[in-house]
Amino acid sequence: MEITLQLFGNEYVIAETIVNTWIIVILLSIFAIYVNRKIKKARVNEKPSKFLNFIELLVEGVESLVETTMGRDKLGFAPYIGTLALYLVVANLFGLIGLKPPTSDYNVTFALAIITFVLTQYYGLKSKGLGGYIKGFFEPFWPLFPLNVIGELANPVSLSFRLFGNILSGVIIMFLLYQALGAFSIIVAPVFHAYFDVFAGVIQTFIFIMLTMVFISMAMED
Amino acid sequence: MLQGLDPKAFILGCSAIGAGLAAIAGIGPGIGQGYAAGKAAEAVGRQPEAQGDVIRTMILGQAVAETTGIYGLVIAIILLFVRPLLEAL
Repeated sequence: MEITLQLFGNEYVIAETIVNTWIIVILLSIFAIYVNRKIKKARVNEKPSKFLNFIELLVEGVESLVETTMGRDKLGFAPYIGTLALYLVVANLFGLIGLKPPTSDYNVTFALAIITFVLTQYYGLKSKGLGGYIKGFFEPFWPLFPLNVIGELANPVSLSFRLFGNILSGVIIMFLLYQALGAFSIIVAPVFHAYFDVFAGVIQTFIFIMLTMVFISMAMED
Repeated sequence: MLQGLDPKAFILGCSAIGAGLAAIAGIGPGIGQGYAAGKAAEAVGRQPEAQGDVIRTMILGQAVAETTGIYGLVIAIILLFVRPLLEAL
């Protein structure tokens, strides 16, 4: 939904994407506070509840994924990757409750890809030093410098277009389906929702965080 | 300009044709992803204990192979919904 504000005689329109993103932020914050309370109440010598077991499973899953993809010394990236995964999963599943997923707006996916790009460049610079970082652009030999720069700049573009294209195509196809079928869509739509929202959304989340991890660890290694 | 034809309608029709042509880009990723999935199935058949790693590698490769198809899709969506050619009129 869009919100129009009347302030001091001027009209301000708050875009649907921003409203939906704030809904996600608030939902995840409530979830985090709830989990925090539960963890503080838990006793060490007692058996943890089912809910806490599930949370532990999530955290351990993210940590083991980071460890197998990036290596044990880069476990410090696990909180960022976990945050990204949580946000993207909730955002991609937003179509299920009839709202527009924020990731079907190119601004959102491009912002996320820019974060990955800055992280890649920063950690590449930090781990290789200025000389090694600049030398990396002239490998394997110097005439390839422009190609290397273009290849580096193409990463955020392809990363953001992949997520955006997948989610937006799902949104458009679901919209056309509801328009075409009318009342019958109640029978047919769940199957398509399961594919376009749940399957594609979760897979795209996984791909986004995997590629983020691969880019960062590649920039730090070679 | 063709006689008796509204230029706006002409541009919209051509944009629709262009969007359809851009969606042909989906062939490439389809072949590539299918090839990757077939090879992954072979690998799992040979080494069932490495299923997790095989699937992870397969999905990563398929995601990269998908990029060209997504570019075609984005061009089609821009032609249909943003209609940049109408502004050149």
